[in-house]
Amino acid sequence: MYNRKDKAIAFLMILPSLILLAIFVYYFIGQTAWYSVSDWGTDPGTALKKGVEKNYVGLDNYHTLMSSASDYEFRVAFTNTLFFTIFFLGACLTLGFFLAFLLDQRVKGEGVFRTIFLFPMSLSFVVTGTIWNWLLKPRGGLNVLPRKLFGADPLEYKWINSDSILFKFEWMQGGDLFYLAIALFAFALFTYTAQKRHLSWMWVAVAGVVLWLISSAGFWNNIWLPIDKPNLDIGTYNGYGYHAALSGIIIAATWQMAGYVMALFLAGIRGISEELREAARVDGCTELQVYLYIILPQLRPIALSAIIILGHISLKIFDLVYAMAGIDNTDVTVPGILMIKGFRSNEWARSSAVAMVMLFAISLVVIPYLWTNLRTEKQ
Amino acid sequence: MNSLTIFPRTLIQMTKPLRATVARILGNKSLRSVAAHALLILLAAFFLIPVYMVIITALKEASEAGREVTAWDLPSKLNFESFEIVWNDLSPNLRNSFLLVTAATAISALVGSMNGYVLAKWRVPGASVFFPLMLFGMFIPYQAILIPLFKFMDNVNLYGGLPGLVLVHVVYGIPITTLIFRNFYVDIPNELLEAGAIDGAGFFGIYTKIVFPLSLPGFVVVVIWQFTQIWNEFLFAVTLVKDKWQPITVPLADTAGGISVDWNEPMAGAILAALPTLLVYIIMGRWFIRGLLAGSIKG
Repeated sequence: MYNRKDKAIAFLMILPSLILLAIFVYYFIGQTAWYSVSDWGTDPGTALKKGVEKNYVGLDNYHTLMSSASDYEFRVAFTNTLFFTIFFLGACLTLGFFLAFLLDQRVKGEGVFRTIFLFPMSLSFVVTGTIWNWLLKPRGGLNVLPRKLFGADPLEYKWINSDSILFKFEWMQGGDLFYLAIALFAFALFTYTAQKRHLSWMWVAVAGVVLWLISSAGFWNNIWLPIDKPNLDIGTYNGYGYHAALSGIIIAATWQMAGYVMALFLAGIRGISEELREAARVDGCTELQVYLYIILPQLRPIALSAIIILGHISLKIFDLVYAMAGIDNTDVTVPGILMIKGFRSNEWARSSAVAMVMLFAISLVVIPYLWTNLRTEKQ
Repeated sequence: MNSLTIFPRTLIQMTKPLRATVARILGNKSLRSVAAHALLILLAAFFLIPVYMVIITALKEASEAGREVTAWDLPSKLNFESFEIVWNDLSPNLRNSFLLVTAATAISALVGSMNGYVLAKWRVPGASVFFPLMLFGMFIPYQAILIPLFKFMDNVNLYGGLPGLVLVHVVYGIPITTLIFRNFYVDIPNELLEAGAIDGAGFFGIYTKIVFPLSLPGFVVVVIWQFTQIWNEFLFAVTLVKDKWQPITVPLADTAGGISVDWNEPMAGAILAALPTLLVYIIMGRWFIRGLLAGSIKG
């Protein structure tokens, strides 16, 4: 079957796809990377001219994003994404696991329930945003539900338009935390691979010291990432932290994605043999212990998949925020929105830098995942 | 012992009846089942609240839809006016969406099927390198390629219309469709293909006579997946086409972001935009879930 002619045909058949992806993914990413270190569009007058000269400016654009007063909005967007990811992941995983747990109790009409919990997945984020904007508006919607049910006073929650900021911090300190997080992440990754490959703990210790040195260099001298103390923030400055108005968007996103986690966990739970559970019960485990000690540990790979999939969705979330908060909201915004804003106003270099930051954040999550996933598949 | 050290212990002791109740509910099969059903019904109600609200609001008159006091009540009289208005506004966009989705889904399913066949059944040199590189393409934030893409589309005169959007969706759909088909074809026994080869079939003969006829389930999963993804897509739709050719998600997002007092029209618009994918999901839910699970790499 594997004669040379047919093998050549096989390769020729997949070649166009490979070339297209090479151009549309990798070449284009390369171009964006180049724009992000150029001055294209910094002068709005020449931004649209064909063949305009682009000059290399190094990491200036990133530096501006991280520290200039006028780019306060980007730093807000950046922290918003991090908070959004944490709360959205937490809510989805908890609710999703709870739903899977409940559906696993030999429920009547399981199919109907599953359909109900999963249907939001088939909707567009734009549709979800439209609907939840209505439900979460300050006057009416969910806020008046208690009156309808018990005749109580309507609630006053500002789900989508609160202006309070929780977990406030200063950007400088946030920058430090950022360095620390990256260093810790790299260290965890290294420890993990060291363990897998049975490297000695000496190496782990050495890596720890090196990373500590690098990150502390980052704290003091801003050597390896262009973050330094922002100029006096002016204008729209409200402070950095968790903008409470994100809550409504998190609720909407959880409503849409929790069913997905449920489906993943349910498939996982069903894959665990009934004998194993029965054996645990015979040994005197209560039902709760069966779930805690038998089922949960076996679901770890699935939980990891769920975290990666949801994490990469939330790091690049854009449409839902666009539909719920609009494009001009400076508090409730994410990098994806800023990129489009810059795109529309021909600030090519700056929006390329924003896009590259997004790509970098997502690569941190996705590349290790793809790596381990494809390796285990091979074995 | 002072009261401070006793306090936590008494607190824990106080929860004993509660813990006992929880343990009893979890231990007793019929009680557990009743509790599970009750909780599921509550949660299902929470998931369905938006559906109820969307439908009743869309069926109200503009003035009634704006009134908070009766927001949760059924419409005083059924009124399909908002659907009429929204239909008049949005039917060109719906047509665009249908054209886009049909063309892009069909092409990307065929491309994915061919790629999956090659990757699953033919040992192509370098596959272990380019397959992961291919998969990475489905995780990237599309903002990272948007500016060069826009320039490229402009240069080849594909900016602004549907053909360009079809091309974009086909290209960026290659990773997921290839992945689903590859995982599907891996399960077809090699003996079957070798039998075909002995009968004299070559690369295409094996595909058309043996693999393709077995592919129906794979096609169903991929078509449903691409249909919903492309129908729901927003970023390319809002940046790469001009007004006249915009798919349904773009005008809908604009009404949602605006400060609209009358909510009956956005709600009717949301129903129109959601209906096609929702119907697909309700009719073919099983296949939809397979696509979802395939998206997490392991088939």
